[in-house]
Amino acid sequence: MLSYDLTPEQDMLRKTIRDFAEREIKPIAQKIDEKEEFSYDLVAKMGSLGLFGMTISPSHGGQGLDYLSYVIAIEELARVDACQAATVAAENSLGIGPIYHFGTEEQKQKYLPDLCTGKTLWGFGLTEPDAGSDAGGSKTRAELKNGQWVINGSKIFITNGASRITAGVTVQAVSSTQDGKREISCILVPAGTAGFTAREMHHKMTWRSTNTAELYFDNVTVPESNLLGRRGDGFRQMLATLDSGRLGIAAMGLGGAQGAFEAALSYSKERKTFGMPISRHQAIAFKLADMAMEIEAARNLLYKACWLKDQGRPFKKEAAMAKLYCSEVMKRVTDHAVQIHGGYGLMEEYPVAKFYRDQRLLEIGEGTSEIQRIVISRELGC
Amino acid sequence: MKIAVLVKQVPDTETKIRIKGDSSGIETDGIKFVVNPYDEYAIEEAIKTKEKNGGGEVIVVSMGPARTVESIRTALAMGADRGIHIDDAGLQADSHVTAKILAAALQKEGGVEVIFCGKQAIDGDCSQVVQGVAELLGISQVMIAVKFDLREDKKGALIQRRIGGGSQEVYDVSFPVIVGAEKGLNTPRFASLPGIMKAKTKPLAVLKAAELLGESKPRVSFVNYRLPPERKAGKILQGQEPAQMAAELVKLLREEAKVI
Ligand SMILES: Cc1cc2nc3c(=O)[nH]c(=O)nc-3n(C[C@H](O)[C@H](O)[C@H](O)COP(=O)(O)OP(=O)(O)OC[C@H]3O[C@@H](n4cnc5c(N)ncnc54)[C@H](O)[C@@H]3O)c2cc1C
Repeated sequence: MLSYDLTPEQDMLRKTIRDFAEREIKPIAQKIDEKEEFSYDLVAKMGSLGLFGMTISPSHGGQGLDYLSYVIAIEELARVDACQAATVAAENSLGIGPIYHFGTEEQKQKYLPDLCTGKTLWGFGLTEPDAGSDAGGSKTRAELKNGQWVINGSKIFITNGASRITAGVTVQAVSSTQDGKREISCILVPAGTAGFTAREMHHKMTWRSTNTAELYFDNVTVPESNLLGRRGDGFRQMLATLDSGRLGIAAMGLGGAQGAFEAALSYSKERKTFGMPISRHQAIAFKLADMAMEIEAARNLLYKACWLKDQGRPFKKEAAMAKLYCSEVMKRVTDHAVQIHGGYGLMEEYPVAKFYRDQRLLEIGEGTSEIQRIVISRELGC
Repeated sequence: MKIAVLVKQVPDTETKIRIKGDSSGIETDGIKFVVNPYDEYAIEEAIKTKEKNGGGEVIVVSMGPARTVESIRTALAMGADRGIHIDDAGLQADSHVTAKILAAALQKEGGVEVIFCGKQAIDGDCSQVVQGVAELLGISQVMIAVKFDLREDKKGALIQRRIGGGSQEVYDVSFPVIVGAEKGLNTPRFASLPGIMKAKTKPLAVLKAAELLGESKPRVSFVNYRLPPERKAGKILQGQEPAQMAAELVKLLREEAKVI
């Protein structure tokens, strides 16, 4: 039984987020991007709308929504501004997700209520200067000494990791090495712990109004009970987190492609050359037809992956496909959108330049396109 | 305090309107329907008034086909407490019978102190229903309201309305009152995600328009819908001395456009 109807709640949610993005984000998105400014005001507004903790249970302060609803929300934010979409998606899947799915009841009670209102944020520290795609190669170490974890090492590119309202980070670290086998665990480190420094990173080409951090751990000591879930489970926790996280990145590709397409379509009807709107030149019209077709296909693939997850079925392969495809569709769509704008497409006064820049991250973050192809091909049995 | 909001579902302002083959109405297939924009101010003011009053109940009343429920749910998601859907199947309502039906529903509900509505619906743009309901219920009405301040005794309000030439009038009205909301009355809130989920479980009653209407009949029948004529291209005066062009412009405004 195939049905393409969304529920009335999903329709209403899309309209609400779209109105919010148009009214509250659009007027300032370009300006804060230019200044590399992280907007606390928008985080507060997005928090009161209920955009943090979307898929987690109301008993822990979340909204209890399905993944398709979550993805629609990210899509609508990204249609207007990749940066706010990124702040929200990273917070839901990387900040809140691991604590909710793997944390002890005490950890959940302690952190989730404030995280779910957007009063505080949380980072997920996986990537290191020398370990990105090869996340199992973490060098950061956590040693259990006298009932306390002592952490040493560093992390890089950590979203929401160094804001004024960051309450802490989840750190993936090597917790012991026995017979050459590395045991990996995740540990919660509250902001302000002695020896823990978070530094904002600047001069990004993409996602300029998101908060990206370098983290340093110099004999950082936290109680043993700050272990996330079970000892030695860190790698599995990370893989599960990334499977769901991919749906959010895919939604950013889909929404960004949609936004760039709409800008290009409307520009093409206004811009005249050789006595007619450029949309009437077949070379331009065919680009627009291709863009619309690819967006449609991307949406179907992503929504199907969400559907599988919401049904409790395996979705790893489809999530990787959706992440890969949606980000590559946005690449092609933004490229066409810039071309359709001609010289104006290269000027930041027009929205397509930002879409073009923001797209680039989607093929790198939460598993590069190469890594997605590895995931898919392994699922195929290669 | 019982507060009612009258809401209408209308085609989205960006919809391209198409006329049915037999000219009996507009083609509704494929149209995106939304809450009438002026009604959004009414919903917001109703919820705000309940909050300021420190309690009460906001009831959303809407007449229309089954899809109208979407608009009621939107108001419930924003924070209204319950809905009444008046099913108008088989009825071609004009402003007069619409007012009659809504007034009858409000009477049936009973005890409503403040009724908020949009000053007009952007589909028919008749702007007659609010006044009709006021007349039928025999209560005060303030149209084109831009400010609503609950009185300290909470039994009335100071309502500011826009009149011609940029002036404002302020009314000190005791309840019950019906208020036609104008743009600028407030900034409608967004339905929050938890609000959207909660709306699903809020009570929604269904009434039949025909039963509320009784013996009355519509006074207007809709015989022929046509699209407005396409706007002609504008004229640009050029190539002459400024004084000459000004004289030409005055002449055209007088003789061709007939606006002066
Ligand atoms: C703005 C931003 C936000 C980020 N947010 C976070 C965050 O919140 N938390 C976090 O932990 N990380 C975050 N990251 C880091 C991101 O996930 C990594 O950059 C990404 O995983 C790639 O790792 P790397 O940069 O070390 O590249 P590398 O792993 O060094 O890869 C370099 C190149 O080699 C390719 N490659 C690597 N291995 C293989 C292979 N086996 N086969 C074929 N090709 C291969 C890659 O695809 C890539 O093209 C963020 C990054 C950015 C830029």
